[in-house]
Order: sequence, then C-alpha cells, then structure tokens
Amino acid sequence: MKTKDKIETFSDPLDAVLSGRDLNAYHGLSPQDVSRRKFIKLSGVAGGGLVLAFTLTSKLGMNAADAKEMAKGKTGDADLNAYVQVHPDGTIRIYSKNPEIGQGIKTGLPMIVAEELDVPWSQVIVEQAPIDANRFGAQFAGGSLSTPFNFQPMRIAGATARAMLVAAAAKDWKVPEAEITTSDAMLMHAGSGKKASYAEMAEKAAKMPVPNPKTLTFKDRKDWKLLGTRVTGVDNHAIVTGGSLFGIDTVVPGMVYASYTRGPAIGATVKSANLDYIRTLPGVKDAFVLSGNGTMMAFNPGGETYVPGVAIVAESTWAAISAKRQLDIEWDETNASKDSWTGFVKQAADLAKKGGTQTDDKGNVDDALKSAKGTVEGYYTFAYVSHAHLEPHNCTASFKDGKLEIWAPTQTPSNAIPGVAKLVGIAPEDVTLHQRRCGGGFGRRLENDYLREAAVISKQIGLPVKLQWTREDDFSHDYFRPAGFFDMKGAVDENGKAAAWQAHVITMTPDGKTPVSAGGLNAANFPKDMVENYRATLSMMQSGTPTGPWRAPGSNTYAWVEQSFVHEMAVAAGRDQVEFLLEMMGEPRQLMGIARGPGGGGAAPALHTGRAAAVIKAAAKAADWGRELPKGRGLGAAFFYSHMGHIAEVAEVSVDANKKVTVHKVWVAADIGPVINMSAAENEFEGAVIDGLSTMMGLEITMEKGRIEQRNFDSYPILRMEHAPEVEVTFLQTEYNPTGAGEPGLPPLAPAVCNAIYAATGNRIRTLPISKEGYSI
Amino acid sequence: MLRLKVNGQEHEVDVSDPSTPLLWVLRDSLGLVGTKFGCGIAQCGACTVHVNGMPVRSCITAASDVEGQEITTIEGIAATDGALHPVQQAWVEIDVPQCGYCQAGQIMSAVALLKQTPKPTDADIDAAMSGNICRCATYKRIRKAIHTASASVAKLGDTA
Repeated sequence: MKTKDKIETFSDPLDAVLSGRDLNAYHGLSPQDVSRRKFIKLSGVAGGGLVLAFTLTSKLGMNAADAKEMAKGKTGDADLNAYVQVHPDGTIRIYSKNPEIGQGIKTGLPMIVAEELDVPWSQVIVEQAPIDANRFGAQFAGGSLSTPFNFQPMRIAGATARAMLVAAAAKDWKVPEAEITTSDAMLMHAGSGKKASYAEMAEKAAKMPVPNPKTLTFKDRKDWKLLGTRVTGVDNHAIVTGGSLFGIDTVVPGMVYASYTRGPAIGATVKSANLDYIRTLPGVKDAFVLSGNGTMMAFNPGGETYVPGVAIVAESTWAAISAKRQLDIEWDETNASKDSWTGFVKQAADLAKKGGTQTDDKGNVDDALKSAKGTVEGYYTFAYVSHAHLEPHNCTASFKDGKLEIWAPTQTPSNAIPGVAKLVGIAPEDVTLHQRRCGGGFGRRLENDYLREAAVISKQIGLPVKLQWTREDDFSHDYFRPAGFFDMKGAVDENGKAAAWQAHVITMTPDGKTPVSAGGLNAANFPKDMVENYRATLSMMQSGTPTGPWRAPGSNTYAWVEQSFVHEMAVAAGRDQVEFLLEMMGEPRQLMGIARGPGGGGAAPALHTGRAAAVIKAAAKAADWGRELPKGRGLGAAFFYSHMGHIAEVAEVSVDANKKVTVHKVWVAADIGPVINMSAAENEFEGAVIDGLSTMMGLEITMEKGRIEQRNFDSYPILRMEHAPEVEVTFLQTEYNPTGAGEPGLPPLAPAVCNAIYAATGNRIRTLPISKEGYSI
Repeated sequence: MLRLKVNGQEHEVDVSDPSTPLLWVLRDSLGLVGTKFGCGIAQCGACTVHVNGMPVRSCITAASDVEGQEITTIEGIAATDGALHPVQQAWVEIDVPQCGYCQAGQIMSAVALLKQTPKPTDADIDAAMSGNICRCATYKRIRKAIHTASASVAKLGDTA
C-alpha cells in the first residue's frame, strides 16, 4: 500500500531541516517530479561508453540548469557530470552525491542505482560526486533525507542506463526489447541464445536515445538482489588503513596552519591582544585580529557571517595550537551573552507559575481537567547538549586570484558556497568546494562557520591554510541542542482513557519573538489528534547561547517529555503502558502533518497510526512485554514518529540501591519502509540507541556569564564501551517508500529507559540528564 | 632534529618546538594522517599509536620522548604486501565504521589487546577499549570484530 495523498503546495523540506525543525511530514516524489527530471547522455568521456547524467528541475533541486545548457557547456569535464557510467572496459562507476557523515549514504545511494541497472556490486566503483548544484541539485546530509529524496532519482538513473543497453542489444540482435533480459551486467536473448556483457554493448547503448522516465519499468521488490542485503561501506578499507579521507586529512601544497580564538562569551569582541609576543613564538608566521561581521552566531548555513577573534598562522598545527594557549586577549563583553544556566532554571520556574501564551487549543482542557477521574502533573527539564562530533572542526581554504577553493567536512556544501563567496567578495561560480568525509555530523556541520573563518584567513594571508579548531573551541562555540522546560498537565476519564493534554513549553529566544533554532514545540500529530482536549502554551527567555539542529532536533527532547507523560497518564489510569498507547493510536489511519519552512508549508502524510501500532506491538513482542521481573528490574516502552520513521523501543533496566542503572537490553522495532542497506541501517539504529542513552544519562552543557562550562571530554562523559547495552533491531520492511535511518532511532530511547526505571523503582524521572537526579550508569 | 622510527622506517624530523606531541609530527611532518586528533588530553583515544607494542595516546606524548623507539601507526599494521591485519580485516567485514573517525585508534587499541591477550573475554575488551570513544557508538560491532579477529589470529597460530 502506498500513500496517495495529493499534495497541493509545499516548501522545500530542506528549509525545514535548516531552520532547525524536525521534519514530521514529507512529500514523497510525485510523478510530476519524475517527469521534471531530465537525463542527458554524455559523450567525449575518457574511455567512452554509456555515460548518463541527470539534472533536477523540481523544487528539490537548487538552481538546476536546463539539461541542454548543461550538455552544451559542461561536456569538457563530462565524466564528473554523471551518476552512472558503463565503460567498455567493464567498469561501472557510480557517483554518490551527498556528504558522508557516518550515515552510510556514500554506499547506499549507489546501491539503488546498481539494483536497477542490474549489475553485481563487485563490479561497481563508487566515487564522491563533486559539489555542483547545477549538476546534482541540492547536496546535503541532514534531516535523514538523503534516502527519501534520492531513492526514486537513483532508481531512474539505473533503469535509464539499463533501458538504453537493452535498446542497443535489441537493435543489434534485431529482436524485440521485451524479449531481452538482464542479470549481473549481462544482456541475454533466450530465443536466439545471444548474449553480451554491458561492457560490450556500452558504446552502442551510448548512441541510443534517452528514454522518457515515464516509460521506464522498475524492478519489483521481490526481485531485488542487492537492496536490503548487507553491504559493507565503500570507504572501509581506507578507514582501517589510515587513508586520507576526512577534512582534517587534507594536505595542499604550500599550505600553512591556523588556529582561531573566539571570545569567552558569545558576542565578545577583541579590544587588544599580545600579538607581538605571539609572533615571536616557535613556528608562528603571523597573528592578527579579525573583526568579524557578526557576533551572536545565528544559525544560518548559507550565511556570510563569522565572529570576531584572533587568528594565528603557523608552520604546523601544533605551533598554531600551542601559541593559542599563550594568547592574552582583552575582550569587550558589553554586548556579549550573559546567559546563566542557573538563572534559566529559576526564570523558567517563575514562568511556569505565570503560564504562557496560547499557541494551540482544541476542545476544553479546563473542563476536562475538572471533571477528570484522575489528573497528572509534571514539570520536565532537559539540558543543553553539545554535538561533540569526534573530528574537531577544520577546513582547508585557498584564496588566490579572486578564486576560492575549499576542502571541507560539511553537511551542507550546496548552502555553504553562496555565503562564503559573498563573504570574500567573489561570485559563487568562483568557489570550488571539495567535499571531504565528515568525522561525525549530528547536525553541527549543517552550519558552515568554520568554512567562512578559513576563507577569511586564507584571503588575508594569501596562502592556502588549514584552520584547526581545538576540542575546547568545539565545545565553547557549538550550536547546542537547546535546553527546555515543559510544565505538563493531563487527565484520564472514568474509562481510563486519555482525556486532556496540556503542555506549557518554556524555551529560549534570541530576539524575544521566536523560539531559538530547534527550540519550541513540534507541531506533531501525537497526542493532539488522539485526545479531545488539547492545549499548548509558550513562554520564552532571552538568550544569547547559539542553538541548532542536533540529531532528531526537537524530537530528541520532546519524545522524552511526551512519552514519559503518556506513561504517567497510563499509571494514573491504572493501565498497562503499551495497551494505553495502542488505545491512543486508535484505528489505523494516515494523519496529515505540515511540511514547514520559511516559505510556508503544506499538508503532507505524517504519522500513520497503523504503522505506529505495528511497531509498538513488534517491540513489545520482541521484549516479551508483560513478563514477570525480579524486584529492581523493569521494562519501559516508548514510541515516536520522526523523520518519517515510525519507531518503538523497549528497554530492560535494573537499578540498585545507589541509583546505579544497568541497561540490559533495548529492543527496537522500526518502520522506515524497505531497508536499503541492512548493515548500515542496523548500525545507525544501534548507534542512535546508544547515543540516546549516553546523552540522557550524563551529558549536559551549562553556562555562566555566557561562558560554556564544559570544555572537553573530561567534563562531558560520552558513554564508553563497557556501558553499551545489547540492542536488537527489527525492521518491519513495509511497502511504503524508504525513509532515513540516521535520526528516528534516537528519540524513543530516553523515555523508554525512564519508564523502565519507573517500572523498576516507582521513581519518576523528570530531569535530563538523569545524573542530575542522582542516577549513574 | 628528531630521529623517529615509524613503521620500521627511520625519519629525521625538524620541529621548532621539541615538546611537539607525536600526533602532530606524524600528521603534519610525516604525512601519516591516519592517526587522528580528537581531544588533545588523552580522553578519546583517537590518536592511539603503539610505542614498542604498547598503546599510547600520541596527543600527549612528546615526540622527543620516543626517539629511537619502535613507533607503529595505523598505516603500519598491515603486511608489507598490503594484506590486512586480522583486526583490520574483521573491521571491514563486520562493517564496523559509521563515520570512521575513531576507528584507527580503536584498531590500534584492539591490536595491542590481542597481542597481550589473544583470546580476550568481554571484560578484557571493556578494560582495553575503555579509553576509546566512538561518538557514533559502534561499540557492539567493535566487540564483535575483536572476537572475530581473535579467532582468526588463533587460527593463524594453529597453522603456523
């Protein structure tokens, strides 16, 4: 069964990702999108053969050039243009368009092409595509969107090439196309017994017309040979042998190294610095103040601002870093952030008493609360957290003769180019961005502040430069997951059903008008569509601390509040949690959500209650929900829909007298449609569960006087191997379109564990990280 | 001038600061970029190399302190013919990496563990690997890969 809801209007979901919102609703690719997608055949490529490129002219592509224009102007480097190349020497080269940040997309997208092309994976060479919006459309890694956005285009790429090979063989053998079959890069005609390899037919196929995508046929899922299997990462060999892959590994002839020191509080500007002394230090070539052109670090991947600071240019990374430690800078903090975590906590408590501005209202919450059989109240607090990707920020830039070349580990290369071009005063066409593998992303590398700093430093010194942030730089200048406070009220009626739900959301604001990036309340279907009486109110506190998307933004904290509170209501009703949750989902139906963005929004398929119920039941079954457990041991469940994925998780924990928690096992049931690469998908979900556990258990960022208090991993205890629980993932593999695996596994983990702790101990946890309530792992 | 022996090769390195950590000499002076910078304070393990077969954190080890000693990096553990070390092989086959950034350090810790304890228990693995953070949390596969490598090391031992 496929979703068939008609979509009238929509804004680009990428905008929603970049605005820091979660993506709850998604516009699948419609037939219109397919027809707007144009393939072109390229000739004059080294080695010859069938070389196909396609361009996007739908909204999903950015500034996409017309295919003819592209063919006319770009044939000189046509081999870089293609998604798929079938060479006469037998090589099948497939380009992977999006940044690899650990989500496995560099392997996953080419697998889709290879499946429809009908070639064995062993014959495929995968290469990272160059960054060029005209050729490849929007290139980015975010919002778990690479798979859903590219599944159909990659199928078309593979099927188009296959169709041309078939057409060439039919012409050559004078047989009907319909009688030709393919398998493992071979063409066959059963009637005549004729056979040819793709390699043999490649030159002839290149002379065939490119078929209209509407005429293509795709493989039935039951005939998939590659998709859904376990395919190991295409960069694995380079990773385990120490090859140059990551941004930090970039070496450019003649390059120098730089550090950059920003203010101790966000928004500080440089008054003076001991630059003369710094210049005398070993290996230092230069040191200078950069005035910056923005101070408050507003989240804007395509922006052109960078913050003030002191740059040190040196002969090695170490010389730049060690000289940085000798810096003595006088800062002007007049307009800098004065944020205080303890202050926010107090202020939020006051705001909770006062109540907020109503943002959503349905039914009559007040009456329902009055007439309820049981009511529950809970005040939930969650901390700021840092991305802490393991590869500290870095970027190599070379500004020369009005042109800028950048080597960057970024999640948003397409967005980066216009901003950085404007900053250094050149046209976007004069920027070349080389995508490097990212040592983790988690949303931090959606923002391109470090690229802009590197570009400015290179322009200033007239040399290629590798800018290296320290771990302390990364912690102090992150775009954090925002903290928040939720004052919850709920009611259950005489039948033990959820009757009312009220959430007072207390978040931060940079301008007094809108919540900070990734703050506020998700406009989700659950529980609004499941209870008759629903109200949401909002209060905001002024803040200068930068925030931005962090793995499953919004959902990563809201799931915890919501699914913990659902459990509180189930307990108040004297009901089993899983039964209560299934009852809330009700009859199987497709709910519509809003795909949002600065340009507006439109209705799109979102939560499906039937898919939700199916994963809840699957996780409960896998965990043998309802079984007897010894004292101090408990099971807890949670469900959350995000990034188009329906995910339920059950955790089994025990808690000792000293509040030491052991997570024995987590069962995950996931409906993300058909799985593309089983190995990568499983890895993503296991990782999301453990990341979720690590974060809820002991991670927080605090600040006083605008200064971030955690500076390195010694004060930010990422979970280590000995505490990693067993994780068992079940994919339901439904017939919906495939969706992303990177993010949706994380949100249900924290509530599942907290609910399990309640089951084990009777203690309700309403603070993240739970170490704040005395728990440890 | 520092004299360093890395992966069996002698190098003379000119650094202006003798306290330069081994990590940066490997990466910037010798071009061996497989060893990674993560924290600079020996908290994450991304920079793990071997000195005389023992795992050390190269981000806090002054290069001048390991002159003349046997330094091995991720680039030096495969056979000279390019055949992967059983630990590397297991990492590839089990598809351990997500982002992959920590994995050189993880592999160096695992290789050192298997040298000391060819058949490690889960507790041995926990103890030996506790200094290595994997931010993507591939811990389950790291454990599996170490057990797999242990089995193939044992097999090699049997046939030798």
